[in-house]
Amino acid sequence: MIRLEKRPQPSRAWSLATPLVAVLATMVFGGLLFAALGKPPVEAIRTIFWEPLFGEFSFYYRPQLLVKGAPLVLIAIGLSLGFRAGIWNIGAEGQYIMGAICGAGAGLAFYPLEAFYIFPIMVIAGALGGWAWAMIPAILKTRFGTNEILVSLMLVYVAEQFLASVSLGLLKNPEGFGFPGSRNLQAYDSAHNAELIAGTGMHWGVVAALIAVIFAYVLLNRHMTGYHIRLTGEAPRAAKFAGVNPARLVLFCLGMSGALAGLAGMFEVSGPSGQISIDFNVGYGFTAIIVAFLGRLHPVGILLAGGLMALTYIGGDIAQSNLQLPAAAIQVFQGMLLFFLLAFDLLTNFRIAIGKPEVA
Amino acid sequence: MDLSAINPVLLIASLMVAATPLLLAAIGELVVEKSGVLNLGVEGMMIVGAIAGFATAVESGSPLLGFFAAAFAGAALSVLFAILTQFAQANQVASGLSLTLFGLGLSALMGQSYVGVKPPRMGDIHIPVLSDLPVVGPILFGHDIILYFGIALTAAVWWVLKYSRMGLVLRAVGENHEAAHALGYKVIRIRILAILFGGACAGLGGAYISLIRVPQWTEGMTAGIGWIALALVVFASWKPWRALLGAYLFGGVTVVQLNLQAAGVAIPVEYLAMSPYLITIIVLVILSADKSSAPASLGRNFHASR
Repeated sequence: MIRLEKRPQPSRAWSLATPLVAVLATMVFGGLLFAALGKPPVEAIRTIFWEPLFGEFSFYYRPQLLVKGAPLVLIAIGLSLGFRAGIWNIGAEGQYIMGAICGAGAGLAFYPLEAFYIFPIMVIAGALGGWAWAMIPAILKTRFGTNEILVSLMLVYVAEQFLASVSLGLLKNPEGFGFPGSRNLQAYDSAHNAELIAGTGMHWGVVAALIAVIFAYVLLNRHMTGYHIRLTGEAPRAAKFAGVNPARLVLFCLGMSGALAGLAGMFEVSGPSGQISIDFNVGYGFTAIIVAFLGRLHPVGILLAGGLMALTYIGGDIAQSNLQLPAAAIQVFQGMLLFFLLAFDLLTNFRIAIGKPEVA
Repeated sequence: MDLSAINPVLLIASLMVAATPLLLAAIGELVVEKSGVLNLGVEGMMIVGAIAGFATAVESGSPLLGFFAAAFAGAALSVLFAILTQFAQANQVASGLSLTLFGLGLSALMGQSYVGVKPPRMGDIHIPVLSDLPVVGPILFGHDIILYFGIALTAAVWWVLKYSRMGLVLRAVGENHEAAHALGYKVIRIRILAILFGGACAGLGGAYISLIRVPQWTEGMTAGIGWIALALVVFASWKPWRALLGAYLFGGVTVVQLNLQAAGVAIPVEYLAMSPYLITIIVLVILSADKSSAPASLGRNFHASR
């Protein structure tokens, strides 16, 4: 008889191994999925995971890794703080959009002035935009006890509608021949989040993501607030006795994740994407949830997981053009990864025992 | 702007159509939550139900068969959630989210060749005298069979939860799983059955959108209805009839909003389209003060270690 026995303490080894096991399982089942779609499975997996890094055109794809990975890491770091304390912000996509709108709006307000202070103002506006959008569920939660999961998610749809509204109205390019979408920030030097070193994909968003990783690491391991976050997640009752103020924690975690998501949106709109348009957002806010879990809610883990997710995005694009693999297949692939991760996590907290239970 | 073009009778009739997917999904989730499980994957199960039902209806030519397929697909997806939360003891919030993310991708993959296809139409029932009555006829007696099924399901769930032994056991499991286990009820098995029921209902609701309400397939077409259904369960304080009321309220907001768009009101389209989501938030805020009716074990996993 096979039984599950709860481990006295979560296994550290399994905790580190599950993401790897999950990735392997996803490769196997993803391969089966691709085979079912009539694509060569091994070739598809190789295209997704190998081609961007070491393939013939890797000189082009490697910088993309930073471009796609930075927003994912930035958002996921913020989310992980809340997730650790049982505060579920799943509306990062909305905060990302609002950050982008505020950041781009602040920049465009100065057009065509060229000045050194414009970009820093945009950064602050982007962070504030995301922060303010996340404060809505935070304040509703602390004041009225409203469920932050539902409110933050509803606000994603509101933000998407707002995005459509500004790209057709307020921020529409007056010289755009009537097409929806703002002016291209790439053509506006003071507001352009350009590559810091040409050809590397390194832009200010990547720098911000790295700073966020270090910041989160220090916060969680060396700071009282971080300790409170961990305590609330692992032992809510103990946290209550220790005098942790839950309302402050909610405001901090949601605000932080909102600001980081807003920053990600702002760096994206002023750099790689260039303009506010109706379909500006591509779901980074949701993929970042997978990144956060895949990285075990640990800053360094998230950095690695963000890289891996970016790889599947880029590899997915290559597989789309080389093998005609549908874009949705990659989405399924990413979803599968989270499934396997959650399933294999069983082994962290339980051990599988064979035989009859011993009588105590 | 021409508000006189809005016909109140048609408005109420279409309100009921708009409310049905919400109602189906919310009733399913209500049962799941009554058993003490929080499944945030409603949106994912709905969208997979939407495409599974749509594809089956198009291939077989029978919308009814489509609805069966949708219920099956929704339940099949919920099995994954059941495995994760009931056997692998995974966090319910994370598992539900993964179900939604996975379902959105899966539905997009399944639906590629169905974009722009017209599904077979589901006929409205026609009762000789009643359906021809003015005003009352089109509102009460001129709908498709699934809409009535939704109302009947609400009544059935209400009766089962309130008066049957099965409902009592389900509620006991949701209120205190330790006690239910001690009494010898199979907590895990009951919860799995509830999850499957919820999945089937969400699948039906999704197919209602793709086969009757729209009727067409587009990627991500559920557009948050699954999430509104989750909010609806809170709104209803876990009571079936209040879920019906809530569904009609939200259906009403959606329909009025669409009618105002068509009538060309001076409010921009985007702001009207935001309104159902904003109203959901407002309602949640008003009702969140009272949490006393929530099942006590909601969201907590059970593992029989002793």
